[in-house]
Amino acid sequence: MSSLALRDNEQSGLMARWSRSRHRWSDVLFRRLTACFALSILILLVWMLITLALNARQALARFGWGFLWGRTWDPVREQFGALPFVYGTIVSSTLALCIAVPLSLGVAIFLSEHAPRGWENVVAFLVDTLAAIPSVIYGLWGIFILSPALRNYIEPWLASTFGFLPLFQGPPYGIGMLAGGIILAIMVLPIITAVSRDVLQAVPNTQREAALSLGATRWETTRVVLAHARAGLTGAVILGLGRAIGETMAVTMVIGNRPEISYSLFDPSYTIASVIANEFNEATYELYVQALIELGLILFLVTLIVNAVARLLVWSVTRRTREVQRV
Amino acid sequence: MIDPLRYRKVVNGVMTGATFICALAVLAILFAILGYIVAQGIAALNIDFLTKLPKPVGESGGGIAHAIVGSMLLIGIAILLGLPSGILAGLYLAEFGKNKLGRFIEFVTDILAGTPSIIVGIFAYTLIVLPMKRFSAFAGGAALALIMIPIITRTTQEIIQLVPQTLREGALALGAPQWRVTLGVVLRSAAGGVATGVMLAIARVAGETAPLLFTALGSHHWSTALDRPVASLTVTIYDYAKAPYDDWHAQAWAGALVLVMMIGMTNLAVRLFTHSRYSGTHP
Amino acid sequence: MMTKAKLAMPVNLLEKSTAEPMKRPALDSKVTIEQLNFFYGPVQVLFDISLTMPSRRVTAFIGPSGCGKSTLLRTLNRMNDIIPHARLQGRVKIDGTDIYQTGMDVVRLRQRVGMIFQKSNPFPRSIFENVAYGLRINQLVRSRRELDERVEQALQQAALWDEVKDRLKESAFGLSGGQQQRLCIARALAIRPDVILMDEPASALDPIATQKIEELIVRLKEEYTVVIVTHNMQQAARVSDHTAFFWMGRLIEFDPTEKMFTKPAHQMTEDYITGRFG
Repeated sequence: MSSLALRDNEQSGLMARWSRSRHRWSDVLFRRLTACFALSILILLVWMLITLALNARQALARFGWGFLWGRTWDPVREQFGALPFVYGTIVSSTLALCIAVPLSLGVAIFLSEHAPRGWENVVAFLVDTLAAIPSVIYGLWGIFILSPALRNYIEPWLASTFGFLPLFQGPPYGIGMLAGGIILAIMVLPIITAVSRDVLQAVPNTQREAALSLGATRWETTRVVLAHARAGLTGAVILGLGRAIGETMAVTMVIGNRPEISYSLFDPSYTIASVIANEFNEATYELYVQALIELGLILFLVTLIVNAVARLLVWSVTRRTREVQRV
Repeated sequence: MIDPLRYRKVVNGVMTGATFICALAVLAILFAILGYIVAQGIAALNIDFLTKLPKPVGESGGGIAHAIVGSMLLIGIAILLGLPSGILAGLYLAEFGKNKLGRFIEFVTDILAGTPSIIVGIFAYTLIVLPMKRFSAFAGGAALALIMIPIITRTTQEIIQLVPQTLREGALALGAPQWRVTLGVVLRSAAGGVATGVMLAIARVAGETAPLLFTALGSHHWSTALDRPVASLTVTIYDYAKAPYDDWHAQAWAGALVLVMMIGMTNLAVRLFTHSRYSGTHP
Repeated sequence: MMTKAKLAMPVNLLEKSTAEPMKRPALDSKVTIEQLNFFYGPVQVLFDISLTMPSRRVTAFIGPSGCGKSTLLRTLNRMNDIIPHARLQGRVKIDGTDIYQTGMDVVRLRQRVGMIFQKSNPFPRSIFENVAYGLRINQLVRSRRELDERVEQALQQAALWDEVKDRLKESAFGLSGGQQQRLCIARALAIRPDVILMDEPASALDPIATQKIEELIVRLKEEYTVVIVTHNMQQAARVSDHTAFFWMGRLIEFDPTEKMFTKPAHQMTEDYITGRFG
């Protein structure tokens, strides 16, 4: 099968050359046309970057790098510091990963190593379903179901059990960093699970056989598989990070939207994406809008880098395996 | 002294159990969310809700028909704008993209698909809303199209790569020019797969809120004009959820149920379709 | 270390790992297969196989591809267990113990029955760690020094020590194909199994690497019972003492190799050996 696919690739390359040698103008035109559309994706990305930068140029010129360190966000006094949002984005994403990564890896291992045949597809379908639920509905659920539960049960319990930590101090609002982190965790679960599962399934079976034949138990075999897939699993987690950083609606609805830095996870916070969602339409003067677009530019650049790194890591595993299988 | 093998087997059992519990926990979360949507949504769901306009604040009843229509309008615009370029770009990647440029574009497409949708919203705002000096359905649809393009491109590419080479050879051997082979034979034989890719993209953008906030904005009235703000299910749910009225909250849940059912049915159709046609291959 | 009562096998691992292996009578039967039938789902792939493999000898399984020889080999360490819908009837006995009986410990079985695969499959670790893997997980060594000794010993048995002794810390993927396969043999030898199963171990190698592996196999039978699957009849003739010829899931002939290749009892065997089909 794989050797067949390889042959196909070679042949389509050959065929492309063959058609060029015939110089049939219609074929050349067709090829160029589709190439234009493919290139337009690349152009689009660059165009987006330039547009955002141009529309934030006054803010960029005025605040410089200090924008990132400024702690005060007060549009009334024309003070724009991004630090509370940067902090909120980093902490909420980290919290989300702390919750989601162990769960996702557990599910991915279950699906690729342990699940009985019939189960595998059903469970994978249900986990994918989680990915199909729109962000705004997670937000709705967060406001009316999750945050009351946090306020009435979970946060008081955390405060009484781990209250000595600065993370769990202060009044339990329900709405706040913890709610944001939990919602994000649920939202990035499916992508981390799906990519991890792909990566684990790409590990050649010969590795599992090698471990088993040496007297390894199932779990010990799984550890061999995990070691083999390490780069790809890291990629899956970083892909999840990219999603968590850019996620907007659900977080906006539950994180409390207060531009302050607080150690307690119970306190309201704010992320880059949610401040844009909340204040963009209310931004009353040019510099305010530009400051928000500059936040967008920062978010865009960070997610670009994060996604690029993740993609390369995932490819490094799945492609390498494909090559090995071809030999 | 503990038998080391027994210890290893205990570890094995515990870890296997732990992965099983992870799976159960995730399913429990899924059912907790879906269960609440159904339970809360059904209460406010009735024919009026689906066919009437919202009532003024304070009056009960009314519906979100304008938002359902608005969402469909936005998705329609997105399909018109995004479908052709997505499919043609996917064709290029599948048929001519086995080179450095092709792989790089593939990479960029994946990255673009991971861009936060709110960024796409800002882009569409600066590109369309600012020059037109008004929020519009067109701007919203364009933003959704930008989100659709990378998804359609990659699914089209993957489906077309599954078309057997013999099919192309057969047609080429008859002396047909390559573009006719690609469009008439390859694309047609992959049409079902491409259609499911498009449906997946539709399901994805149907749930988008962030890119519509400052493009299509939202509305409380009937509107199908392309150059006017238009309501959408997602933005309506967002507005209702934030509002301080219990009535609106109930309607937000009902809207969520409608949206989830629309998306769920699309996904289910895709899954049934891909299963019967391409069983064994990844959709 | 291990309680004797728990051990399903009559031979104690401890004894084997410390003392010099005892010389047993040459034709002591080691592995016995009795009336074995094997199915993948509804498809039967092995039919009523009965076969006795002697201790400290090399037994080769030959036959055209798809004849079930690899499947049969994999029943000997229950490697088919991981294949869904695989089903087995009949008995496989090692040293008289049915390895498919309920309560049989598969992990312990596989410690005693090592396996080498068609394609070398080293772990993405250093050369040293590859060989040490089985020793570590099975906790067969008590100290770092013992570990070093047993790794060296295994590499020497696999005729690889001289080539890798200066780069034990380097990745196993840096080795050539033949070296990787011998590393996998060393990895299997390190935990001191009784039986070694080889599934076309040289099919992916060049002639020189193949020759090294063959020499190794011949030497291994001094201490181990070796079962090798091969599609290469010359190889079977060169390395094995007994040969079993399979066709369409059935055992056609099982004889001393010399007899099999000089005057086979069956017309079909002769046709296959002389290249008239297959």
